[in-house]
Amino acid sequence: MSTQTPKSSNPASSSILSKLPPLTILGPLAALLLSIIFFSLQSDRFLAGRNFSLIVQQVMVVGVLAIGQTLVVLTGGIDLSNGMVMALGQVVMTKFAMDFGMPPYLAILCGLLVTMGFGFLNGLLITRINLPPFIVTLGTLNIAFAITQIYSKAQTVSNLPDSMLLLGETFKIGETAINYGSVLMLLLFLFVWFVLRDTAPGRHVYAVGNNAEAARLNGIPSKRVLLIIYTLAGLMYGIAALLLVARTSVGDPNAGQTENLESITAVVLGGTSLFGGRGNVLGTLIGALIVGVFRNGLTLIGVSSVYQILITGILVILAVTTDQLSRRKG
Amino acid sequence: MTTSSPTPVLAARGLTKRYGQVTALDGADFELLPGEILAVIGDNGAGKSTLIKALSGALVPDSGEIKLDGKAVHFKSPSDARKAGIETVYQDLAVAPAMTIAENLFLGREIKRGGLLGKLHVINKKQMLDEAVKYMQELKIGIRSMKQAVETLSGGQRQGVAVARSAAFAKHVVILDEPTAALGVKESGMVLDLIRRVRDRGLPVILISHNMPHVFEISDRIHIQRLGRRAALVNTKDITMPDAVAIMTGAKTI
Repeated sequence: MSTQTPKSSNPASSSILSKLPPLTILGPLAALLLSIIFFSLQSDRFLAGRNFSLIVQQVMVVGVLAIGQTLVVLTGGIDLSNGMVMALGQVVMTKFAMDFGMPPYLAILCGLLVTMGFGFLNGLLITRINLPPFIVTLGTLNIAFAITQIYSKAQTVSNLPDSMLLLGETFKIGETAINYGSVLMLLLFLFVWFVLRDTAPGRHVYAVGNNAEAARLNGIPSKRVLLIIYTLAGLMYGIAALLLVARTSVGDPNAGQTENLESITAVVLGGTSLFGGRGNVLGTLIGALIVGVFRNGLTLIGVSSVYQILITGILVILAVTTDQLSRRKG
Repeated sequence: MTTSSPTPVLAARGLTKRYGQVTALDGADFELLPGEILAVIGDNGAGKSTLIKALSGALVPDSGEIKLDGKAVHFKSPSDARKAGIETVYQDLAVAPAMTIAENLFLGREIKRGGLLGKLHVINKKQMLDEAVKYMQELKIGIRSMKQAVETLSGGQRQGVAVARSAAFAKHVVILDEPTAALGVKESGMVLDLIRRVRDRGLPVILISHNMPHVFEISDRIHIQRLGRRAALVNTKDITMPDAVAIMTGAKTI
């Protein structure tokens, strides 16, 4: 070990290397760009502004779910309940507005409180009774599903007031119609990215995911961090519910059945480690876009949806393998 | 026993701790003087770690008293002890491997920005980085970049980060639990040098170690723990290694 002069007079190469985000974000970005190039060559309809706007719109629900999922995965946990909790959230929002004639904003608030309540319940069971997140959220997945079905009597809620669908509306930039929901999703990604990167509570999330015991010994209340994270994830699921309502114009009790795995796919493709403590929410955005680009591109060139699922599965295994191998090396 | 004129920084009297039938501490005494490196040695089961846990707040003794700077203290958790200025470096190194050295140094004590941003808990990365560089410089820990993830460091360097962190924030005492246990010869030497520098900055150090050569190389006094009590407290230069081991194992008494 040598005694080095201080200040930022480090060798240029090492400082550039340390500034560059590691493979975890460059890999997904490269994959996204390659898939965009590939599909542009395959279909001339792919590279249109309209199509991109459509892709973003298609990923916005899973994208916001995946923000919550990223928070949970960064702490070393996993949330299987998010799709079902979202379904319950949208049924609550829409039924409260329709059945009780509640003002839409109040009904939306109730929906958000329900999804946050589920997140809080997950966090409580995980931190107070020390149950594994996988099992807890598998349980709450079923509970949320059953409540959704019982409460809605498996009926779709329709004829919603316009003010509930606001986020599904669009504005135009040139020829391209962009919907408000997509913008909200992008803003949420940026906001969460900033909080995780530049605030003390954000860094504590990483610390807990890295080494919960070390975090505790250094005065970070690990359990409270976990509880807050699961609750905030619940808030994200509520916002995703609102986006889904805006996109589909109904409250659908059968929604959200595959979104838990899709959100995990986005997180993993985005380079966030399932072991916790490393990763980045912008990576998740890229991961969600990769899935969206593949779905959209493969549909454009006429590949059936079964193959799309096959390809997504292979991508996930590749991403997790990379994660595992890079850990073994370190 | 040495006669102690200055007030001990940390002292304990008659500490006991029982776990069911097992007596881990059986009226143990303890004394740490200002500016010294005190080694705590003892065979497995002698109550070393129980003693250290009581002093660092990780457990509450059944009876006995602990005094910090002459005032009685009652630690209920490690963070109580931390707030009182006692920092502990645990054997399994409480570091966050994927986070940078600077972040690890300030883990749980991040420097915030000024003004509104600070109220929103926005951290000042620049200042944390600068202080990390300055601090590691003072302790002569030569690590090129504070932006490196801790997992990229060698075992000795990681230990250096953990020791530096505790020394940076300890107002009264630094407790090191087996800091050289997993290290090679060269790295051990580096960590021992670091411990001396911490002492030379005026912080007394409690060193728990099984490594007799290291204990004799670095400590000012040795606390020998046996059967839940302090069997001896001696100046390191007044005792030989075989005698220390003999007291430790009960082959000899003082």
